[in-house]
Amino acid sequence: MEVELKDMIEDLESLKQSLSDPSLHSSIDKLRLRVENLTNMAKSVPVRRSKVKDMSAEVVDSNPYSRLMALQRMGIVKNYERIREFSVAIVGVGGVGSVAAEMLTRCGIGRLLLYDYDKVELANMNRLFFRPEQVGMTKTDAAVQTLSDINPDVVLESYTLNITTVQGFDTFMSSLRNKSFCPSKEGTGVDLVLSCVDNYEARMAVNQACNELNQTWMESGVSEDAVSGHIQLLIPGETACFACAPPLVVASGVDERTLKREGVCAASLPTTMGVVAGLLVQNTLKFLLNFGYVSPYLGYNSLKDYFPTMAMKPNPQCSNAACLERQEEYILAKPARDAAAKAKMEAEALSATECQLHADNEWNISIVDDSEQDRMDGTSADALPEGLTRELPSADEFQKSSVPGSTDTSVDDLEILRRQLDALNAD
Amino acid sequence: MEGWDPNTKSTLTQIPLLTTKAGPRDGAAWTQRLKEEYKALIAYTQMNKSNDNDWFRISACNPEGTRWTGKCWYVHNLLKYEFDLQFDIPVTYPSTAPEIELPQLDGKTQKMYRGGKICLTVHFKPLWAKNWFSLNHVMKHIAIVITYYALCPRFGIAHALCLGLAPWLAAEVPVLVDSGMIKHKDDVSSSSES
Repeated sequence: MEVELKDMIEDLESLKQSLSDPSLHSSIDKLRLRVENLTNMAKSVPVRRSKVKDMSAEVVDSNPYSRLMALQRMGIVKNYERIREFSVAIVGVGGVGSVAAEMLTRCGIGRLLLYDYDKVELANMNRLFFRPEQVGMTKTDAAVQTLSDINPDVVLESYTLNITTVQGFDTFMSSLRNKSFCPSKEGTGVDLVLSCVDNYEARMAVNQACNELNQTWMESGVSEDAVSGHIQLLIPGETACFACAPPLVVASGVDERTLKREGVCAASLPTTMGVVAGLLVQNTLKFLLNFGYVSPYLGYNSLKDYFPTMAMKPNPQCSNAACLERQEEYILAKPARDAAAKAKMEAEALSATECQLHADNEWNISIVDDSEQDRMDGTSADALPEGLTRELPSADEFQKSSVPGSTDTSVDDLEILRRQLDALNAD
Repeated sequence: MEGWDPNTKSTLTQIPLLTTKAGPRDGAAWTQRLKEEYKALIAYTQMNKSNDNDWFRISACNPEGTRWTGKCWYVHNLLKYEFDLQFDIPVTYPSTAPEIELPQLDGKTQKMYRGGKICLTVHFKPLWAKNWFSLNHVMKHIAIVITYYALCPRFGIAHALCLGLAPWLAAEVPVLVDSGMIKHKDDVSSSSES
């Protein structure tokens, strides 16, 4: 291309010289200028930026992190550069997951693990991130292509698999356990798992993995009618797990597969998905970089611009065995937690006495901690106020078979049973 | 359950319920569950054969019992249409149901997810609409089926086939045949010969 343009300039030059009429010279000069412009445009092919070793706060146009490092100067974040130590796993690279991945990439997250088994389709184009020319690529590959261009500093790992299958789940678990990125880290190899999936089965699989690994995670969802969504923080043993309570937005199946179903096509909007991804990553940044208040649950109703918040305690009768184990561990660790909280409170009180706010307290007003009040009432969450009784049992446990093998009147050997079924199948 | 046709209902009640709530990640408890799955499948197959309503073959194709393959068939206008049948037991089973797949029918009907997974949420619609149930009733009914599975770990593979696949085939195969999407194997061979 460049060679051809150069030839063209030479041709124009010889044409100019061969022309006797000088009145035509100015128009040839104009043509020459346009070709030179084209040559310059051809030269400016997209350049990939090189990796940056340390995040700098220097305010220059060429520093990709100057605006992020300014968070420190503004007093929001103590040490922003820590973000490079963190690993975040994003399960589901769809309307919410892909945007969350781009946000974290632009924030300079250390490492991103991406999980999805689907491919990019034209039906995805009403959402953000993916481009029409990526149709047919796996979502994980397409995401890695875009994200590595945006910020080559981020370590990207992509897993094209279905986490609800036994095999996919095993790979999912081992990838979360892998600590090669930051060997000194306690627990698993990731700091947070973000669930951006669109169905109940996959959420239950993420829940199972995180309960087993004692891994903190955040769940996100957008409703089927595309006008509301939610994010939720799940700390195994401490907050309700996904199996503890019937999910609030189970039917958030915003899935292009549903587009193939007549009459039951789920709606989706780039706006709602962008808002939910934004809320999710904001909560993630607050959780990782330790600033502000990390919401345990935040809903978004776009029709009324209503943002409900709440917190859910774990269900002691949860059907998930790993959740019950984590709950027990959390209760056992209570004395240590109380001691730490007390030490923190004392330290705060010490600093408070140094600068007494009010010299006199005529009305004896004192501040009482909410959790202290709970203790003073001496009631647990289960207890009912005086005068009320339960009409039904407080909870019904899953009925375990009273005697193991009570139904087994005949055979109890897997191999024999298998052969019996094969025999039935044979004729 | 009041919405089921009497046949499905009586068949369903005769399949033994399962007592062990365990999935593929629960070790010995899963082996116990697997035994119960086999017993339910044996009972269901025997029942079908004695009622002259044999309509599927299924067996585990790995020792862990997490992948199942087989065949199922449906008779329409005196012709038998047979399909490959397969599904995985999800890690979170039995809290979540297996997704039954008929890979040969992938892309041939809208009542199916990609990969040939039968769509349990809408396949009841034509069946029940035919039987003069109101749409509202159908929607309520669908909700019952789905919740029922989630809350009922006593249901196993046999119940999923009876409640999920059997009504799906009854509703979809006639439509697929009448619309020309699937052809009987004899028709296919005779047309290729001519």
